[in-house]
Amino acid sequence: MKRLGNLALLLAVLATLYASFAYLKLDLLGLFSGDSPMMMWRYAQGFLQPDFSAELLRQIGRGTLETLAMSAIGTLLASVLGLLLALPAAGRFGALAKAVTRFLLNALRAIPELVWAALMVLAAGLGPNAGTLALTLHTSGVLGRLFAEALENTPAQPAQALRLTGSSSISAFCYGTLPGVWPQLLAYALYRWENNIRMASVLGFVGAGGLGQMLYISLSLFQQAQAASVILAMLLLVLLVDLFSNWARQRWVQAG
Amino acid sequence: MLSQRDPAALPRVLLTLLALALLWPGLVLSELNLAVLFDAGNLGNMGQFLSSFWPPAHDPEFLQLLAQATLQTLAIATAGMSLALLLAIPLALLATRALSISALPRGGQPAWWASALRWPVKGLLIVLRSVPEIVWALLFVRAVGLGPTAGVLAIGITYGGMLGKVYGEIFESTDLRPTRALLLAGSPRLSAFAYGVLPNAAGEILSYSVYRWECAIRASVIMGFVGAGGLGQQIDLSLRMFAGAEVASMLLTFLALVLLADLFSRWLRGRLA
Repeated sequence: MKRLGNLALLLAVLATLYASFAYLKLDLLGLFSGDSPMMMWRYAQGFLQPDFSAELLRQIGRGTLETLAMSAIGTLLASVLGLLLALPAAGRFGALAKAVTRFLLNALRAIPELVWAALMVLAAGLGPNAGTLALTLHTSGVLGRLFAEALENTPAQPAQALRLTGSSSISAFCYGTLPGVWPQLLAYALYRWENNIRMASVLGFVGAGGLGQMLYISLSLFQQAQAASVILAMLLLVLLVDLFSNWARQRWVQAG
Repeated sequence: MLSQRDPAALPRVLLTLLALALLWPGLVLSELNLAVLFDAGNLGNMGQFLSSFWPPAHDPEFLQLLAQATLQTLAIATAGMSLALLLAIPLALLATRALSISALPRGGQPAWWASALRWPVKGLLIVLRSVPEIVWALLFVRAVGLGPTAGVLAIGITYGGMLGKVYGEIFESTDLRPTRALLLAGSPRLSAFAYGVLPNAAGEILSYSVYRWECAIRASVIMGFVGAGGLGQQIDLSLRMFAGAEVASMLLTFLALVLLADLFSRWLRGRLA
């Protein structure tokens, strides 16, 4: 019986594949016939000689710094906003507040960064400001949820002890709850920062600053050589961030 | 006499000040300006735009367009995944240490020349997956024109790189003794793979591929924003025309699509496991 089910599943997958190609009317073979390989090759050739002039490298350096700044500030703001939203979402201000903030966090998180960026470009104009705001909005949804779970799972006794000895609720939170969850919150924020660096480098495609905007502009002007250098810079940035986070994880997470 | 003050306050304040000093250039570079959002004219425009979100557009003509765009998104993800598999399976077979013959007498470590021969393939996989899919999409939109073809190719390339790497690692993480026995008994590598590695790795490979298909749906929506077809392209068009009602119903469709894909992929993985 299970065998029959698997066979049906396999047939369904094949049918879906066929339907997908048929629906899109993809002409993949057309890409390899006539003079289109020639044109593609000429287009690709432009990328084989990246432009390394000093002026462009200076611009790329600035774009990289802009990307890093967008991701850092966005993640920082999102951590603050996420923590503020996580408090009610962890059920500290009643069930109604919990349901409302959970819904808000889910909505923030469900809309991808790029869609937020397109919206923010409309609201706040072109440039890195829009990218920062977009990263802030999406990331605060993600971090708010993670923070709320961390807060729910942390032991309540230290804060209760402080409350019983007469401290205010704010200092009970700061000295009773926060020291216990702090390392976890920091780990989540750093992990999201890593993601956001990668994201910030492409948000520019909708006009939200950083390396992405440089790439989009140089591709629109058919400056393949410049575009190739920007792509190389992106690749380098992503690989460096990967290396660094692997190293940091091995250094601190596994040792600790 | 117990002090009322926090003994760690001074270092904390200093650390905060240091962090702020480091952040200052970041604030300048990111041109952060929250006031823009609360500017009177801007607020009016945005308010008008947001208030047009409700009710979401639902006239029959638009719904037909929406259904077409959604189907196109699903088809892009599926076709892209099949290209990715075509790319990933041979590359994973070339890159994996699991089928190394020179490793047999060396306790699982291939000879240096065998590792060196695998490196170009691994490097290719790294390049394929490290350039984000949306960058590939943008490049292909310029090369083959607007529309779903660019999206399919972009997913094929990026996901080919990811799947190739992960498949190779899954092959290596299975119990390699059956494979080694087959190789030592003189079977060709492909049969050793089919009868030694695959029976152990198939479940994990299928479930990872289904998970990636779910990611590909999300990616194909995103890639629409640079003109690679599907739902994303329609969202981008409606945003540019300030058609709030259309944006709202397309965002809702996107959310429903992601949720359904998540449920479906969980069901499928549960079944395959």
